[in-house]
Amino acid sequence: MSVETTPDAVREETAPDAFREELRAWLEENCPQEMRDGKMAENSICWGGKNWQFTSDAQKQWLERCAARGYTVPTWPKDYGGAGLNRAQEKIFHQEMDRINARKPLQSFGIWMLGPALLHFGSHEQKLHYLPPIARGEIRWCQGYSEPGAGSDLANVQTRGEDKGDHWLVNGQKIWTSYADKADWIFALVRTDREAPKHKGISFLLMNMEDAGVDTRPIKMISGISPFCETFFTDVKVPKDQIVGEENRGWDVAKYLLTHEREMISGGGAGLSGGGRALGAVINDTMEGLTDATLRADAMRCEIDSLAIGLTLERYKDQAEAGQGAGDASAMLKYMGTELNKQRHELMMTAGGSDALEWDGPLGNRAGDWLRTKANSIEGGTSEVMLSIVSRRVLGLPG
Amino acid sequence: MLADMARGFLDGAAPVAKLRKMRDAGDTQDSALWKEMADMGWAGVLVPEAQGGSDMGYAAANVLAREMGKTLAVSPFISSAVIAATALRQVADARAEAALARIAAGEATYALAVDEGIKFDPEATQMTARADGNGFRLSGKKQFVVDGAMADRLLVLARTDNGLTLFDIPADRAGVTRDRTNMIDARDAARITFDDVEATGEDVLGQVDQAMTVLKPALMAGQGALAAEMTGLAAGAFDMTVGYLKERKQFGVEIARFQALQHRAAHLWCEIEVTASAILNAGRMMDADPENAALAVSLAKARATQTATLAVQEGVQMHGGIGMTDAYDMGFYMKRARVGAEWLGDYSYHAEQVAAARGF
Ligand SMILES: Cc1cc2nc3c(=O)[nH]c(=O)nc-3n(C[C@H](O)[C@H](O)[C@H](O)COP(=O)(O)OP(=O)(O)OC[C@H]3O[C@@H](n4cnc5c(N)ncnc54)[C@H](O)[C@@H]3O)c2cc1C
Repeated sequence: MSVETTPDAVREETAPDAFREELRAWLEENCPQEMRDGKMAENSICWGGKNWQFTSDAQKQWLERCAARGYTVPTWPKDYGGAGLNRAQEKIFHQEMDRINARKPLQSFGIWMLGPALLHFGSHEQKLHYLPPIARGEIRWCQGYSEPGAGSDLANVQTRGEDKGDHWLVNGQKIWTSYADKADWIFALVRTDREAPKHKGISFLLMNMEDAGVDTRPIKMISGISPFCETFFTDVKVPKDQIVGEENRGWDVAKYLLTHEREMISGGGAGLSGGGRALGAVINDTMEGLTDATLRADAMRCEIDSLAIGLTLERYKDQAEAGQGAGDASAMLKYMGTELNKQRHELMMTAGGSDALEWDGPLGNRAGDWLRTKANSIEGGTSEVMLSIVSRRVLGLPG
Repeated sequence: MLADMARGFLDGAAPVAKLRKMRDAGDTQDSALWKEMADMGWAGVLVPEAQGGSDMGYAAANVLAREMGKTLAVSPFISSAVIAATALRQVADARAEAALARIAAGEATYALAVDEGIKFDPEATQMTARADGNGFRLSGKKQFVVDGAMADRLLVLARTDNGLTLFDIPADRAGVTRDRTNMIDARDAARITFDDVEATGEDVLGQVDQAMTVLKPALMAGQGALAAEMTGLAAGAFDMTVGYLKERKQFGVEIARFQALQHRAAHLWCEIEVTASAILNAGRMMDADPENAALAVSLAKARATQTATLAVQEGVQMHGGIGMTDAYDMGFYMKRARVGAEWLGDYSYHAEQVAAARGF
């Protein structure tokens, strides 16, 4: 949680200790001034990857310095590019980063999704091979789960992998693949047994986007940008060692990965993942005083929920074993966080009035951000699917 | 664990059926139960060990309040063990220590007399404490004095020459008239009239004109514990509801199979989980950094009010007709939730506190 979204009265302060002191000094020395604006906007994120164009020297420097210390993935083991921080140290790490309003040095699907799945299911060799390049921002990953006929019913994936001895021959189509046109590699759900029940015939494969037979076609979103794509596989050869977990057991990996994805989306959704400001402050700026009683009441409600959901995210992190996620409860976090974020952006639009209606108008990309949030309760599993997960797995109601 | 222990005890000693029995008999306090709670250290949960308390702190007090909320256990826990004990702890003198010892032993119960209008607003207190020789004369009216009809002592907020002053007086002092109110939740409460009631300097808790130094922490403690009770209440209503979904059949299947109901139940569970975090945080802040706990406490009370309200509304709705009957327990949850919503500041009051702290 960031400094502004986490007032002193809510944050649990850890007493200054050696780790904090040392970290603070390191940050002071190494975080470039330009990287201390806490920016969260899409165009200030550093995604990394082979084709990454740094937006400034400072962005490059910041990534390299953090990567050298394992600070792009502070909780990952040192062997795999992390800093091996425990939960208490991780909290301090985020507090200190927020204190100077530092940008995240690197964000990626590798960090949020594939990394946790590899740490859990990957072999030691796979971890050594795939994780450090993620941590250094050298390889950018995308997620090949959804297909035209497999959305909420994800286990219905039809993309096929034929066993050719030393490799699988993959054919099929993915859709809504975020940043497929920018990514270097893709982790994909591929049907490797067509006879088995649908959950039992899927494998979790890693594929190089540069391989022959991989094509992407961007799709334009309602917010005007094209962050996602259709992805086509035509006779793509995938070597047998590029599987995570066992053959036909990919669904276990897929589900585990989703719990991490959902937790991540939830945090972003709650506006709590750093750089987010108190809604009241944002609205105050726009309206020169929060004078509209209805809007004010709605914003207060939203602020209360933001704080409480932020505390819930922290609580689940505290409860989880190091490196583990919230499990089935990630569905709750995702549902609550994303529905809240949509409300929050509705209120920001109301506060912005007609100024918010222009593309790149006086309020920048407020409308684009608002439209983008509508996907929060769809991507990574819809709100309805999240409620069904809670209902079945947490409450034990019949399916 | 404290929670498991408390649950075990309350399920046996204070189930909702007990509240029903008391209501039917017209009883609003259960002194035998309170004595047992005192023996277990609950009455002294915030009393120092030197005064015979168990001194477990606010997080623990909230755990107890939450468990009591689940079964709607009747006790003066929040008024006496939380609010009065916290107020007395702000005062370091022999008289306060003796009072704390009596609370811990279950020998003295307290009620907080603050409200004068229909809403919680301590700063607007009109009741006067006129200086009279070495002492004071208290005149005025209080309402919604929770636990006030049966309490042994009253904490009374009154206006003095240059501010507000908190008095600690026996409830049977001459000039005090208590009218027991017939509350929807069947719990103890009173309207109280003070007619030129004599109070000495000894009766002042803390300093004259400085009530808030003592009262503010006590109110925060009470608000936090009440929020915990309401979250427990929400969980109790929720458990009953989910139990019913699995059992009731319509259209040839358990109604739990209907997705419309599954999703409403799941949503409610999510709300309860999120509120539980706010409650935990409030208790932790009260223990670790009480000076800065106001935001955490108001956040907890605001969330708990909304969540308990949702839980009882959904509870009745998902039960259908039986949820509306007096013979079924859900109504008790609904009525207690409404009283809890108003006591010590309603949703709007606490939302305003959060807003102020968050720069609105
Ligand atoms: C911006 C964005 C980025 C994305 N990025 C990626 C990505 O990188 N990689 C990837 O693989 N996918 C990605 N997705 C895809 C996303 O995961 C799917 O869109 C999502 O899982 C929903 O599937 P669907 O679109 O087919 O909708 P459908 O499953 O067709 O759902 C339509 C509606 O029906 C409801 N519904 C469906 N089943 C049920 C049910 N059983 N009970 C009740 N209601 C139900 C849904 O909740 C929804 O409201 C992205 C999507 C978006 C919007």
